[in-house]
Amino acid sequence: MARVSRFSDDEPLRKPFDKDQFIRLLGYLGPFKKHLAAAFALMMIATLAGLAGPYIIKLAIDDYIAAADVQGMIYLTLVFAAITVGAYFVNRKRITMMTAMGQRMLYNMRMDLFQHIENLSLTFFDGRPAGKIMMRLVNDVNSLNNLLTSGLINVVNDFVMLIVIVIIMFSMNVRLTLMSFILLPALVAIMFGLRQIIRERWQIVRQKNSNMNAYLQENISGMRVTQAFVQEDVNEKIFLGLNKDIKTAHMDAIRINNAFWPLLNIIGAVGNALIFIVGAGMVTRGEVTVGTLVAFTSYMGRFWMPLSTMSNFYNQLLIAMASAERVFEILDTKPEVTDKPDAVPMPPIKGHVEFDHVYFHYEPDKPVLKDVSFVVQPGENIALVGPTGAGKSTIINLIARFYDVTGGRVLIDGFDVRDVTLESLRSQLGIVLQDTFLFSGTIMDNIRYGKLDATDEEVIAAAKAVHADDFIREFKNGYFTEVRERGSRLSVGQRQLISFARALLADPRILILDEATSSIDTHTERLVQMGIERLLEGRTSFVIAHRLSTIRNADRIMVVDDGQIKESGTHEELMAAGGIYRDLYTSQFSWLLAG
Amino acid sequence: MDIIKRLWTYIRPFKVQFILTTIVLLAAVGVGMINPYLIGLLIDRVIKGGQLHLLRLLTTGLVIASVVGSVLQYTHSYSFEDLSQKIVFSIRHDMYRHLQSASFSFYDEAHTGELMSRLTGDLEGVRSFMVGGFPTLISSMVTFIGVTAILFNMNTKLTLMCLSFSPLLAITAISFERKMERAHSDIRHQMAAFNRFIQENITGIRVVKAFAREKYEVERFRAENDEVYKKNMVAGLLRSRFGPLLELLSSMSVVALISYGGWLVMRGEITVGMMVAFNGYLWSLIWPMRNLGTLLDMVGWVISSGQRIFDLLDTDVAMPVKPDAYKPDKVRGDVRFENVTFRYGNDVVLEDINIDAPAGKKVAIMGATGAGKTSIVNLICRFYDPQKGRVLVDHVDVRDWDLKTLRRNVSVVMQETFLFSDTIANNIAYGNDNAPMDEIIAAAKAACAHDFIMEMPEGYNTVVGERGVGLSGGQKQRIAIARALLINAPILILDDATSNVDMETEHEIQQALKRLMTGRTTFIIAHRISAVKDADEIVILEKGRIVERGNHDQLLEMKGVYYDIFKDQYKGLVVEDITQELARDKEDGAVWLG
Repeated sequence: MARVSRFSDDEPLRKPFDKDQFIRLLGYLGPFKKHLAAAFALMMIATLAGLAGPYIIKLAIDDYIAAADVQGMIYLTLVFAAITVGAYFVNRKRITMMTAMGQRMLYNMRMDLFQHIENLSLTFFDGRPAGKIMMRLVNDVNSLNNLLTSGLINVVNDFVMLIVIVIIMFSMNVRLTLMSFILLPALVAIMFGLRQIIRERWQIVRQKNSNMNAYLQENISGMRVTQAFVQEDVNEKIFLGLNKDIKTAHMDAIRINNAFWPLLNIIGAVGNALIFIVGAGMVTRGEVTVGTLVAFTSYMGRFWMPLSTMSNFYNQLLIAMASAERVFEILDTKPEVTDKPDAVPMPPIKGHVEFDHVYFHYEPDKPVLKDVSFVVQPGENIALVGPTGAGKSTIINLIARFYDVTGGRVLIDGFDVRDVTLESLRSQLGIVLQDTFLFSGTIMDNIRYGKLDATDEEVIAAAKAVHADDFIREFKNGYFTEVRERGSRLSVGQRQLISFARALLADPRILILDEATSSIDTHTERLVQMGIERLLEGRTSFVIAHRLSTIRNADRIMVVDDGQIKESGTHEELMAAGGIYRDLYTSQFSWLLAG
Repeated sequence: MDIIKRLWTYIRPFKVQFILTTIVLLAAVGVGMINPYLIGLLIDRVIKGGQLHLLRLLTTGLVIASVVGSVLQYTHSYSFEDLSQKIVFSIRHDMYRHLQSASFSFYDEAHTGELMSRLTGDLEGVRSFMVGGFPTLISSMVTFIGVTAILFNMNTKLTLMCLSFSPLLAITAISFERKMERAHSDIRHQMAAFNRFIQENITGIRVVKAFAREKYEVERFRAENDEVYKKNMVAGLLRSRFGPLLELLSSMSVVALISYGGWLVMRGEITVGMMVAFNGYLWSLIWPMRNLGTLLDMVGWVISSGQRIFDLLDTDVAMPVKPDAYKPDKVRGDVRFENVTFRYGNDVVLEDINIDAPAGKKVAIMGATGAGKTSIVNLICRFYDPQKGRVLVDHVDVRDWDLKTLRRNVSVVMQETFLFSDTIANNIAYGNDNAPMDEIIAAAKAACAHDFIMEMPEGYNTVVGERGVGLSGGQKQRIAIARALLINAPILILDDATSNVDMETEHEIQQALKRLMTGRTTFIIAHRISAVKDADEIVILEKGRIVERGNHDQLLEMKGVYYDIFKDQYKGLVVEDITQELARDKEDGAVWLG
């Protein structure tokens, strides 16, 4: 079977401009209206000051040098110097203001976005790689900022600058101005036409580069597999293809891109030549002055830059809108699990849990739980067993209200979990997940996550209770060992023990435990077992159990299969009943008998 | 300078193009200096002097100079891009080949992120020097010298006047660049911390939600966000301080030119046309100075990134292979460890290990984390070489084998499963490009992966990995098992292959594997008794040494380490003494579990 590389699949190129989203985006400028106006005013002043140069040269040539007016020349110089220095202060102020505004806006956007993300339900995070979410918080927000601050202001400024130049030129000489602008349509056509092509070609270059990066990233991470399966030659072929793609795409872009300025240069030179050809006669006839002619060439020279940035603005806009779309997509995602407006705080939980005809599905045609009902008394230990995908995890997810039931009710101490606030509910539950996640920081910090205001002594006491204290103390830095640091990597079992301590510190009323399947070495295994026993003591608990000891010690075992509770009872009862449980059990341990 | 020499080895194949391009660049710089001069002449001779017959000549000259200049500019910029692409292409290729041949010990130390920045950022440093830094450096220098010469030729005093701002401009530009560099590096560090925070928060979102810590996390985010804001403000304020200052210093040169030039015109020392020409040339003087900081930065960049690239290329990373390496057509699968000692750094991982596994034997290895189990596997595939003793496959030292032939005959399921961003079918067929679909499916079935694959939206064509659908640890492991089974190699290694699979599925996989293992030499590394019990020989490692060996029954009789593990894992089953129970059950032949 032929191997196709997923890395040559490009992402779609572009989408049409969406006006509504643009307006929504402008909304972010709202709080900065005054700043924006001030920055814009300052920018206009600076622009006008910059445009004074050629006119001053004209005045110098025509009025003072020709007349040998030394005093006038001194005044003119002073005025010019004053304008230059003035422009300096104005620019300083303007850049400071715009930076502050831009950064503040970025700050706010990131804050809004993060706050929103943090409150989204787990469905949002299921199957969405962290990298993608991060891109939106960092790159997309940055790209929006470029548009909203510098981009928009610049394009308006450039537009005004062009108009001012035209006005100045017309006021100096109408005929010469018209002459100068003969080539303008060609100029504009070339600029906008080329820009369009250039933009598309650079986009292809970016894609090819990102294909290469994604390929390399993955290839390096998976190099051991590649070498073990001797795929070096195959991979090199794919690599060479991608490498060539980059080169070809890059040169395709360069071919057009690098023609842009040389073409403008030629057009500009032709324009200058025209000014002189027409102007020479006019000067002889006394219709214009030498200074005017010089100023004209200067102003024409300044016409291109803003025109070029304006022609580029549309590109910037399209890029930013793509980012906007991604950011808004997140902001528009409503958290599926939220507090009701009249939600009350959950009173201290006693531990009575009831499933009342609960139905649940992620996709309508694939029911996960079908009419599940059970009652658990305070302090009871429940082991959930059953094949993968039977619905065990869903049951515990519903108790913690990570998802909402699609039918029926989940009651804790008689309260429907949907009627109480999420925070008051979850802060009384202890949830220990199979894939133990520790944050970077010290072991101390990680345990303390269970109770933020816990003292060091409380943290250590919790660690001792789950038998984690011994191995923690064996580290050079003890409780202050960084968990993510290279070298002091914790084993799977040790991480589990830390997460037990974390859960114990929170002192939950109901404990939910997804027992890890990952096998660990004997010594740690023993500690983990003792840790679990300690955690379960005196609490209502639900354990997705894999360990024999947990299953056998449970007050009640519920066998979940095909979205229903098929059997329920103690180990002995279920074995005697001779149903699914017994089959599961005997199939796994029958070899002992065959011994 | 060594870096430049090394870079030259990549340029050398395109020497002629490089030299011609540089000549074109110089020509373009030269032609670019014509226009202000022509404009000066136009003003003096034609417009003020009334020599209208020169008008056509000079304006034609203006246009021709521009056209020629533009063509030259296009030519050299295109050619430099082309050169840079060729060079980057071959450096990237060399780096990739180097990485592909690098041994496991290299990857033990290397961070993917760092290697990626060699391949992206550092390569970009080389590229941008070729298309930007180098041409700009040459043209700035030549322009500065050329224009200064032209101006001195026109008027010494005015030239000195215009140049007087240059040192100040240059110093300001350099100090700006230095400060900016520091500010940017602060921003980079802060952004890295910021990204890490988000990454971690999102990866651990279930923990955040389980402890209802959303508000706490938002506050921590705010602190990071504050820092990002502050660091960016530092850079922004630097820009607001220096940007306008550079502008001011440049503009002051123009002010100086007009006032002093104007005075000289009045005194008749220069003409108006010369003053206008001076004005035209002035930017050619100012611009190299303003750019000095950036230029130095670019040179610094290419030197440091070149250094890092060549350091990587110079590290000897490949496993040494003999020229007349053993390359048999058929491999039987005999594996033998003879007095093998393997050290990793200063740690002794394996000490004096002897294992004999003739073709078809099943060896299981158990032991605590860090006992050296995985190293045994790594030595068979020759991912590492032992310090003492030999590892023999088919009675030939693996160091005498052709590396690829050896590895093709060993299929491994590694402890850490890795799937590529590709379809499930292609992931299973990895290492076996031409496998027909029915074989892929058969392998998946044997690994108990078929059912969940069929439940995926696109079945075997579902794309997994970073760019595709996320799979659970157990699902990944099952695909990795299928991948290894498809290879059909005489030696099969399962390194903790079912650790993330639940017990029920593990049992199923083991049933399937039992069939597949027949006739193959198999090494099984596991923690669970259930996974190793059927092996011909079970080897217990402790701190790099074999402390117990034998089959399941023998080891249980020994009442040593294995027996303890057994007791622990079946604690729920065993009330008092498991052997007694077993003995009794064997006698009864009854289902005692009930």
